Amino acid sequence: MKEFLKRFPEQVVRIVIVFVALAATLLVAWTFILPSEMKEPELQQLSSTIREAGKEIKYAGSEVCTGCHEKAHDVKKTGYHRDLSCEACHGAAQKHVDNPSEVKPASPKQRDQCSYCHTYNSSRPTGFPQINPDTHHARKPCITCHKPHDPKPPTTPRRCAACHAQIERTKVASYHGSLECTVCHKVPEKHKISPRSVTPTKPDKREFCAKCHDKASPRKGIAAVDIATHGEKYVCWQCHYPHTLGGI
Amino acid sequence: MNRREFLKKGCLLASSSLLAGGLSGDGWTKTIFKDYDPAKHFYGMGIDINKCIGCGRCMQACKTENDVPAEPYFFRTWVERYLIRTDKSVTVRTISLTRDDPAEFSVEKEMLRSFFVPKLCNQCDHPPCVQVCPVIATFKTPDGVTLVDEKRCIGCRYCIQACPYGARYLHPVTRVADKCTFCYHRLVKGLLPVCVEVCPKQARLFGDMKSFASPLGRFTRIHKMHVLKPSLNTDPKVYYANLDGEVN
Amino acid sequence: MEAAHNFKELSQQVIGFIYPNEIEIHWSILIVVYPYITGLVAGAFILASLVKVFNVKELQPTYRLALLTALAFLLIAPLPLQLHLGRPERSYEMFMTPNPASAMAMFGFVYLWYLMVVLLLEIWFEYRRDMIVWAGESTGLKKWTLKILSLFSTDISEKAVAFDKKTVKVITIIGIPSAFLLHGYVGFIFGSVKANPWWSSVMMPVVFLFSAIVSGIAIVMLLYMIIIPLRGGKIDMKCLDKTASFLFYAVIVDFSIEALDFIHRLYESEESIKILSQLVSTKLFMSLVILQILLGMILPLVVMASIKILKFQEDLRKLLYFVCALLIQLGIFSTRWNVVIGGQLFSKSFRGLTTYKMELMGIEGLLVALVVLILPFFILAVLLKLLPPWKKEELAEG
Repeated sequence: MKEFLKRFPEQVVRIVIVFVALAATLLVAWTFILPSEMKEPELQQLSSTIREAGKEIKYAGSEVCTGCHEKAHDVKKTGYHRDLSCEACHGAAQKHVDNPSEVKPASPKQRDQCSYCHTYNSSRPTGFPQINPDTHHARKPCITCHKPHDPKPPTTPRRCAACHAQIERTKVASYHGSLECTVCHKVPEKHKISPRSVTPTKPDKREFCAKCHDKASPRKGIAAVDIATHGEKYVCWQCHYPHTLGGI
Repeated sequence: MNRREFLKKGCLLASSSLLAGGLSGDGWTKTIFKDYDPAKHFYGMGIDINKCIGCGRCMQACKTENDVPAEPYFFRTWVERYLIRTDKSVTVRTISLTRDDPAEFSVEKEMLRSFFVPKLCNQCDHPPCVQVCPVIATFKTPDGVTLVDEKRCIGCRYCIQACPYGARYLHPVTRVADKCTFCYHRLVKGLLPVCVEVCPKQARLFGDMKSFASPLGRFTRIHKMHVLKPSLNTDPKVYYANLDGEVN
Repeated sequence: MEAAHNFKELSQQVIGFIYPNEIEIHWSILIVVYPYITGLVAGAFILASLVKVFNVKELQPTYRLALLTALAFLLIAPLPLQLHLGRPERSYEMFMTPNPASAMAMFGFVYLWYLMVVLLLEIWFEYRRDMIVWAGESTGLKKWTLKILSLFSTDISEKAVAFDKKTVKVITIIGIPSAFLLHGYVGFIFGSVKANPWWSSVMMPVVFLFSAIVSGIAIVMLLYMIIIPLRGGKIDMKCLDKTASFLFYAVIVDFSIEALDFIHRLYESEESIKILSQLVSTKLFMSLVILQILLGMILPLVVMASIKILKFQEDLRKLLYFVCALLIQLGIFSTRWNVVIGGQLFSKSFRGLTTYKMELMGIEGLLVALVVLILPFFILAVLLKLLPPWKKEELAEG
């Protein structure tokens, strides 16, 4: 052995010994000392997934509510709030499911709960019923007139602005501000009750707008064009947005 | 090394590879939660921009269910509000849970388009966050959810930098990365993620792409689908319908 | 919660829109310090390799100093990373289950390789003969320290010393790509993040590497100019001029590469150009246009070019080299700042900018960063005491 080592320069032997010692320590530690949990990503991922799957559930889900509260569900399932989950208003209710007699979910009765959805917000899609909370029966709780499980308004809204407030607020500053919506849109009465299945009409002929805007039959103070030639390919609202000051 | 050491090492190697091999298929099945088989599911979410009313119930419910810190600087899911004006300028804000949205949004006559966009972790099929994690603390489960192992994460925040969607945050208490898990702890029990559960307009739809019939499957037939930042090739599994080009 | 209070202030300073989770800048000043330090290591080593591999004899006086500088900074390099981790006690996991797809996972292995197989080995072989001689001349603690460090080696025959010299050359040859890897992987960590258009670039590892070479040469030049007079020696002007020459060429290459990246971005004008232009002209104006480009690159280039053309006097040259090297350090530190912090100041929605509020105290604050930057100099002082780079004769002749 000594003869073998003597063939190498003395410094190289020393360095090699140091490195071999280090490598051996690492190898021994890796193979025998470290638990396999530390070295196997698959094992770790599995135990992590199990931990994740075992986390606490706070929202029980509407199906669970229906199990005991059939009456409320029957009322709710045909109304405007049929797609609204119970816990969206009553809060997380798993604790109530686990202990129904002692833990009760919140039963919001003040105005702030309803305002999350129903306060006027210009970005909401058109047709969603919205109110101005500062002026719409400002001091009464909403549930005084609207039953939350069947929130039919006490009277059918007379004005389109109840659900189309953003359009109304645009239109009111336009040239058509003084026109009722029904002048141009034929609105079946049923639209106010089943808005998505029964929809109003849009004028689909140039002659409709021509009634006011044709040069041939001029009305005082209204912009007019020769309807026979102006923008002939199109229906008028394909270029002019009727709810604003003429542009897009 | 001598024969005994060789045999010892050999046995260890064989047994650990058997274990690893076993885990990739059967091992997952039997242990995550009762008889839940991840191989039978592949989850995705559909979001219809035309339906979102920006009520923020999803944001609130997620914080409650998943113990996300209450402050408005940590979100697993959030809703953005877009206002595109007639002069083509765009303003975007995250909606506030305390209903103190700025008034600048209420100028209707400048509005060209305005809408809400719910955002969350896209549970990408080709996730950049998993690619960059140095210790394999974040991983994809076989059923298509990307999870973070909070016991392994070292808090280097590389995944947070790598996520193109801003879906991840560093949990201020545990000091590890955190993000939306599609409420995995609910999925294994057959429940919906809470954001889908409490959405009043069914703007969020959840689905199992491996299921014979599912809301998400129908969604992908009825609507033209879009994903966020498709050019980055992350293969997101949150599909948007009616997504405006200004959303990024 | 205190963090929330800070976030409230930050959110009031946001310009435009950022994703709500982006309010927190995750990679702080410590992550600016880390690539700066490894850059100095790589750059100093490249300077040393010029002597041993490319046989630039004039640079011999800087050789051992460059190696010791590299070692001093390399020993501190893991510190900013550990301080920054959310869970530093778990950092061993990078060795247990490294993700082969993650550039960051390379850190432990590349660092160990560079420390053990390149730097420590090279210093050992370079100093072995001297350590044995010095051990013989000293007593007490110093004697035993040197004996242990030399691994109780005894052979100082000509054959053994010649072998040492050859080995050093081989290690340096291995060391050059290793140094590229040590700092280049940091550039790749940033360059491979497709989510961030400020970082995502093929040129990122190359830019990092060349700015590292610039900063490494400059720091060795600075240290040489400070330490030699402190030891009562005379500065070797041929060495200094040659070092400055290489510095000059390195800055030209670095500047060209960065200019190319800049021109390319402007020309292609991709989606992110608007927000990035806003970033550079507002948040990063001081640190990028003024510090990194004007003061950190253009001014030193002009000065060094003038020195080459106008051939100033020795004393004026020394002063100008000193000032240039300092400006370059400032410039390269700003480069790191602009990459790391700059990349987090704009939103991935491309619609807004946020602010970085560097704390003074706190584990990721300015004071800690300064301590991390100063510590290597203390380590270097110890190393210089234990393993002096120059013999008395070398100091005298200058």
